[in-house]
Amino acid sequence: MAAPLTLLIIVAVTIRAVLFRSSLAELISERVEVVSPLNAWKRVVEGLALLDLGVSPYSGDVFHETPLVIYLFHFVVDYAEVVFMIADGITAVALYLSIQTYNKNVFRKQKYALESDRYPADCLELLRSPKEMFYIPLKVAMFYLLNPFTILSCVAKSTCGLNNAIIALFILCTLKGSALLSGIFLALATYQSIYPLTLFAPALLFLLQRLYIPVNLRRSSFWFFTLQYVFIYVGSLVVITGLSFFLLGSWDFIPSVYGFIFSVPDLTPNIGLFWYFFAEMFEHFRLFFICVFQINVFFYTIPLSIKLKEHPVFLIFMQIAIISIFKSYPTVGDVALYMAFLPAWSHLYRFLRNIFLVSCVLLACSALFPVLWHLWIYAGSANSNFYYAITLLFNFGQILLVSDYFYAYLRREHHLTHGLYLKKEDGSEATLVLK
Amino acid sequence: MGLLSDPNRRKALTNLLTRLNTPICMVCYLAAIVWFMGLAFEPFTLRTYMSENAMGSTMVEERFSAGERALSTAKEFDAHKRKAGGMPVDWLVKMMQARGLEVFTQSFSRKLPFPDENKERYMVRGTNVYGILRAPRAPRTEALVISAPCSPGNSNNQAVGLLLGLAQYFRNQVYWAKDIIFLVNEHDLIGMQAWLEGYHHTNITGMEYSPLQGRAGSIQAALSLELSSDVITSLDLILEGLNGQLPNLDLANLFYAFCQKLGVLCTIQGKLQRNDWDTAEGYTHAAQTMMLMVLKQACGRSWGDHGLFLRYHIEAASIRGINSFRHYKMDTTTIGRLLEGMVRKLNNLLERLHQSYFFYLLPSLSRFVSIGYYMPAFGLLAVILLLRALDIWVHLGTPALAAVDGVSEAEQPSGPGVLSVLTPVVISHLTGVALYLLPVHLQEIAVEHFPVSETEAVVLTAIAIYTAGLALPHNTQRLLSGEGTEQGWKVLKLTALLYLAALLGCTALINFSLGFILAVTLVPITASITPHMPKALSALAMVLLSPAFTILYCVFIYQELIEAPVSINEGWMLFLSVISQGILDHALYGSLVYPLLALFIYPCWLMFWNILFWK
Repeated sequence: MAAPLTLLIIVAVTIRAVLFRSSLAELISERVEVVSPLNAWKRVVEGLALLDLGVSPYSGDVFHETPLVIYLFHFVVDYAEVVFMIADGITAVALYLSIQTYNKNVFRKQKYALESDRYPADCLELLRSPKEMFYIPLKVAMFYLLNPFTILSCVAKSTCGLNNAIIALFILCTLKGSALLSGIFLALATYQSIYPLTLFAPALLFLLQRLYIPVNLRRSSFWFFTLQYVFIYVGSLVVITGLSFFLLGSWDFIPSVYGFIFSVPDLTPNIGLFWYFFAEMFEHFRLFFICVFQINVFFYTIPLSIKLKEHPVFLIFMQIAIISIFKSYPTVGDVALYMAFLPAWSHLYRFLRNIFLVSCVLLACSALFPVLWHLWIYAGSANSNFYYAITLLFNFGQILLVSDYFYAYLRREHHLTHGLYLKKEDGSEATLVLK
Repeated sequence: MGLLSDPNRRKALTNLLTRLNTPICMVCYLAAIVWFMGLAFEPFTLRTYMSENAMGSTMVEERFSAGERALSTAKEFDAHKRKAGGMPVDWLVKMMQARGLEVFTQSFSRKLPFPDENKERYMVRGTNVYGILRAPRAPRTEALVISAPCSPGNSNNQAVGLLLGLAQYFRNQVYWAKDIIFLVNEHDLIGMQAWLEGYHHTNITGMEYSPLQGRAGSIQAALSLELSSDVITSLDLILEGLNGQLPNLDLANLFYAFCQKLGVLCTIQGKLQRNDWDTAEGYTHAAQTMMLMVLKQACGRSWGDHGLFLRYHIEAASIRGINSFRHYKMDTTTIGRLLEGMVRKLNNLLERLHQSYFFYLLPSLSRFVSIGYYMPAFGLLAVILLLRALDIWVHLGTPALAAVDGVSEAEQPSGPGVLSVLTPVVISHLTGVALYLLPVHLQEIAVEHFPVSETEAVVLTAIAIYTAGLALPHNTQRLLSGEGTEQGWKVLKLTALLYLAALLGCTALINFSLGFILAVTLVPITASITPHMPKALSALAMVLLSPAFTILYCVFIYQELIEAPVSINEGWMLFLSVISQGILDHALYGSLVYPLLALFIYPCWLMFWNILFWK
């Protein structure tokens, strides 16, 4: 299996290298869909220039990346293109390995359940065969590396690629069962963009499940492990933040990075939901709605963790998707990360209801973004409402996609316990309704 | 959301849509055509009105009276033009300086990719002359442009004369709040392109030009003047710009308001407005006017010197004087007053024209159809494509769901399916790339081996590649290892339908007319094509509705509408010149119609052609 993966990586790197050398690279790096004020390469370069001049990179209101990233590029700025390609490669390999591990686990569990005869007889067709699962890790890697969104993001040198790599490594470490590394990478991801904080719950659930510790608030083993994980996480977060402070010599980066993420002062249009809303709003409601919008990102963790506590890996997928939809400065690179997981749920295909509609909407929106941007900014004939309409539609498509997968997952689990062909009490064929 | 989440209702809806797919599609198509034709019916359209406050309520009294002097300047200009054998640069500079303007010149040169036979030019070299009247009343941050082309022969002398007359008159007025630039450009659009690129410090078309020595503020609006006789009977307003872009409707409103005020006959598309909308002739007249606008907009070229301004976010229009055999004539003084009034109103602008519509069609100068009214016509056509795609999707999904092992059944055909679908897609697009690149690059070889001129070589190569593309499906089949399956063509058709829908949708947003014309011709055949139809007949239908034939039809319809019908032979020659003009417009000004057709629409059409010959 290593050979196809290598081939895939070579193809992906070639495409990126060609695009880096073409005239398109400059155009792509200006697109608002691909870069946000947080991760634009132009801003990183500006920050580096300030750093070289001995000024705090956060003076002025241009640079909003974290200190570690700027110190990373301080050393490798000449090889930036290579760094971004490597980051994409790392993400793909990490996703590949994690899905491989995950599939092994799933298969093992399925085997035990089958041996202990826990599945209803008519559900055999829902079970997953090793043949079908064999290529899934490769498909996941392919979905990430060859996704036009990832390619655009990489060619634009958006630092989103680095964040994705960290999150992918976090997933890999979690699935491999290493609480220490998982905590460290989670802390790094949180440090980079705060929102991955919500991945704490699924990671904890997974690690508990792996050690066969039940989620029971009265059990000391549960509390012991949870505290241990919290300690690792918070400890590494403190260390990383402290390191940033010592590198930079000031706390400037806290308001400039995290304040910037939370209070959304930059209303440059992007594919998210914030900019238009806050551009239109009366100033004195701003704080209230910022709270509402930001709580929205974090809030889903609780109900989803309760509903999916047996399935932490699917929960990770859901959380990443929710973050990339509702975060304050989303780019297509974020979308690409959760889309890479879709092949892992290919067995849910038969339960998906709106996949045709959703794919049409997402494709149409991807085509319409540049067109409406052109009409608004260059031709001057359309206006921001046109663009925001497409943003809304794009996010509607994403939400529908995620909720469709959520529903399909729950439905499959339901069938696995209650049988595939459900009958109503009067014997007619029943339909499942998600309410 | 009930529709999307309730399985029973969903099933009912999909059943309905698949069972009644063909009738619904036909109804949609007819409805689209009827809707579109209905747009010209006066009760369905809105009356134009001035939206911009700064131009609406202010009173302007026109006092320009130097019409006769402008005509004598025009004669002088004519004499100097003849003597210089082109643009009389020195004389123009002297005249403008005498009128108290800051005068600058800009020289430019451009080698066309191949000779332009319509205008007989290949190596173009010329000079633009412009004078800036500095605004006495405001910081000079904004400007207006009045331009007149210096054309070969006898034409447009009066325009330059009037331009200089206006400059002299404007110089003595104190109320200017914006700089006014008087521009005389040589070689019409090429000169204009050079000047605009110089003004905005861009170079997007590979033009060589000397940098501008003097600049005014950011240009708010521009008027381009074309006037070839001492008296005129009517003024024609030209709005269609590059890539079908239109100026803000307020500019047209402004022109119309002043024509009404001064009692000048005004036309659009050369058609006078009629008042009898309730008669058949009245409706036909409005429909013809609108169709002319649609055809002109669809071809994506700039129909006057103003067309290039629009790309720089500058609202601009051309005003052309027409001298026909009508009894009622107007002198140059009246036209001067009209221009004075328009410029004074534009001078009052506090911000760029943005209040009124940018997307509109005009069945007459006093009526307009806004985007909300015409988009449904296109939407109905696009819906057909989506309905067909849905139909195929349902057909593709049903056997997989009915089978015992749903997942693995669906997986297996997609293995070879991806390859058999990807090959035609890639090959079609490579043909498109060939169609885009080869004609211009191969002209030298073609000229060496065939007895044709460069222009003919380019056009004929394009047509040859286009025709050669038709032979592709047989060859793509050979490239594939396996036989094309039933599943295969359905997947290909699904892809092609969605692709076409996205393409046409994007096109219609940027240039509604182009999108609509392409949709009208492409949708019926692409929606109905299957490999099981009688080959010869449907192949003929497909070719007759292909993009190239669409251009041919447009040429004939256009000639019919401007009341200059042509024979088949002349039509063919016109068709050839339209193709060469399209390629030239792309190379010279960056018009996007040729690349759109060659790189996207034609390959997409080839994909459907592939489906027809699917084995």
